[in-house]
Amino acid sequence: MPLNTKTDARLQSALRQWGAHDHRLLQVLRAVQTPAGYLSAEVLAAVADSLSVPLAQVRGVASFYSFLSTEPVGDFRVQFSDSITDRMDGSAALLDKLCRLLWAEPGHVAGDGLVSVATTSCTGLCDQGPAMLVNGRAIGRLNHARIERISELILARIPVDRWPAELFEIVDIVRRRDLLLKCELEPGAALTVARRLSPAELIGVIARAGLRGRGGAGFPSASKWAACAAAPGPERYIVCNADEGEPGTFKDRLLLSQHADLIVEGMTLAGYAVGASHGLLYLRAEYLFLRDGLEQTLARRRQAGLLGATAAIPFDVELHVGAGSYVCGEETALLESLEGRRGIPRNRPPYPVTHGYRDRPTVVDNVETFCAAALVLLAGAEAFRKRGTAQSQGTKLLSVAGDSPARGIYEFPFGVTVRQVLQAAGAEDAIAVQVGGPSGTCISVDEFDRQISFEDLPTGGAFTIFGPTRDIFEVARSYAHFFAHESCGFCTPCRVGTSLLARVVDKIHAGYGTRHELAELEQLIAVLGKGSHCGLGHSAGNPIRDTLLRFMPAYERRLASADFAPAFNLDAALAPARRMTGRDDPAAHLGEGS
Amino acid sequence: MSQTFLLDGVAVPFQAGQSVLQAALAADRYIPHLCYHPEFRPHGSCKLCTATVQGRLVASCTTPAAADLVVHSDTEELRALRRTLVQMLFAEGNHFCPSCEKSGSCQLQALGSDLGVTTAGFRHYFPDRPVDASHPDAWIDFNRCVLCELCVRASAAVDGKDVFAFSGRGLSKRLIVNSPSGKLADSLFAVSDKAMHVCPVGAILPKRVGFAVPIGERRYDQHPISEQALADAPRAAGEPDV
Repeated sequence: MPLNTKTDARLQSALRQWGAHDHRLLQVLRAVQTPAGYLSAEVLAAVADSLSVPLAQVRGVASFYSFLSTEPVGDFRVQFSDSITDRMDGSAALLDKLCRLLWAEPGHVAGDGLVSVATTSCTGLCDQGPAMLVNGRAIGRLNHARIERISELILARIPVDRWPAELFEIVDIVRRRDLLLKCELEPGAALTVARRLSPAELIGVIARAGLRGRGGAGFPSASKWAACAAAPGPERYIVCNADEGEPGTFKDRLLLSQHADLIVEGMTLAGYAVGASHGLLYLRAEYLFLRDGLEQTLARRRQAGLLGATAAIPFDVELHVGAGSYVCGEETALLESLEGRRGIPRNRPPYPVTHGYRDRPTVVDNVETFCAAALVLLAGAEAFRKRGTAQSQGTKLLSVAGDSPARGIYEFPFGVTVRQVLQAAGAEDAIAVQVGGPSGTCISVDEFDRQISFEDLPTGGAFTIFGPTRDIFEVARSYAHFFAHESCGFCTPCRVGTSLLARVVDKIHAGYGTRHELAELEQLIAVLGKGSHCGLGHSAGNPIRDTLLRFMPAYERRLASADFAPAFNLDAALAPARRMTGRDDPAAHLGEGS
Repeated sequence: MSQTFLLDGVAVPFQAGQSVLQAALAADRYIPHLCYHPEFRPHGSCKLCTATVQGRLVASCTTPAAADLVVHSDTEELRALRRTLVQMLFAEGNHFCPSCEKSGSCQLQALGSDLGVTTAGFRHYFPDRPVDASHPDAWIDFNRCVLCELCVRASAAVDGKDVFAFSGRGLSKRLIVNSPSGKLADSLFAVSDKAMHVCPVGAILPKRVGFAVPIGERRYDQHPISEQALADAPRAAGEPDV
């Protein structure tokens, strides 16, 4: 069946923008799918045809990413952010309310195609949750009034473009500035410093500063850049990982919206250092609202002669937008996604510094690392390394969320203790802090003097606070479901293990857990840690491991006393029979004494 | 004198380009594996071949062999890991060995038997995966697919047809067929394809020959998989690497 004129026009425009190459598949699919639309069988076939890619591969990519849909969705596609902090802020009640107002059921299209309401992984608005996306556009600070307003707009079929702008207002709350956030970059200033140095000298400055990757793993940036510079290849690439998907973190959102010049400047420096003239910035789909601003920054820099093939440092940046997949924050999965494929982490070795984007030597660093690199050039390696600790130089941006009256972004020198951050955030009564999101570490009160640093508590930036009334078991359960939802499915331990883990905690939640389930959790955590292919699987057991260790009573009080209880409840299974026969007398029940 | 590494305390020679698993099999040393096939480039998804290399747990099929590596495979820790992985695969799909015509020639069943897996261990998922019997000469029982990707690799690299791919992610990951209808009959698939013959389980099967070899006389009825895999391993120089 041929495409309708409108869809065909979208496809032709996407092909013009991205080119009819197989490695552009994801970006083409993104461009062809309208905000409220879906990728029909005809569209998938047309894309396969245009890019000369097997249809099954197109289907495979389309079904991998949460934000691409191969089934019809509502004209208004509502996705509630389902981070633990959204839940703590009452997202479940708001979702129920919206569904009631719209006569909708979660996960289904309602009102003859008018609306679909579902949940999605953390959208990075934890400082102003609960949050949602409507046709890909982010709305924060949800409350009953806002939900009523939104339901009226949907029922009146007002296009999202014409919704009041204040609904979409995202506020960046900076609570503490240090070296990085105090830095006022005159665009091009760091490049001017860099050009006085040779590429090798520039890498030397980064090495002297002791800069380490801000994503959490802490690999020394200078070693990475030097390895890429030394790798043979006809061209090299600089990739900025702006796929900030770790639940609870949102500091890249601030950098991308307020400090874009610093990011691009850092990427350009890296390009100069390794001899790359191409940069790619991979922006997570949840941050689509930042795309126009970023494109404007790039355009302004091109006009000012700071970016582009004819700039003093010939280097340009292309913006790619993701499509809803946490695992794409893993650097090799991100490269796969940039190349238009399913985001499956690669086998290593070889490493991206020698075989990265399209098999070329590639530096992949995250947003904050590029900012810090530019900062090193501006402030000097010595000033940079004066902040922080012996092995963790400089400062770290923390996304403080959860039970705090002062949520927002805090920049602290590395070495700050958890207690100091809690004091700054007015949350001294916390019972637990999730440092680094679900893939990081959950710590309890007696560890609050531990330090945020690569040598003690490394973090990508999430700092989620749980107050005295919180049920830590529910926190762990939410994270278990997150990993099961985001597992790419490549390797057995993670594909099956994350799902089993979620199922076992659900069984405990339902009151059927016993000592047997606790042992099963331990077994699954071990298999995930030992057998998984990538960091997602390796850390997927962390939230349960940490909470079993520190908050065992939260599990124990849910356990049945027996050694084993089946998840299947015979009495509950007889409920339909009781309804049909109109009986509810004791003899119609199975259970103790019957 | 070629270089060697240590596998469970015994020196194993290797050639440049071999992985730890390839070198071990060529030297008559068995490491359990499922998604690895000697004719295809290893990709390391089933994780059954996980071994300790220099103290780190890695898939031995994708870890390049190098001189003086210290590798451990035959340890209780790794045997337990492998048993759990096999149990996970059994729980994930619908594997009813008594009624499966691949019984006795199935690598998943043979691994379970060899590793001492006596129960599935986990609650079964009982996924709903309709069978595709559309093709005149072959049928696909997706219930038994273990997502090893061998048919995908074979169809792309050997047959040049790209008949298979994967859709979905996580536990929803599924093998799919490259045709407008999604049916095998409408694809370029033929029984002479390499992809027809690499399936380690009973997912892709030829029609009308199911019980030509009686149960009891089948591949792993004769020898356990740990012996059979060594007999199958290429010994000559120049590992095929498709």
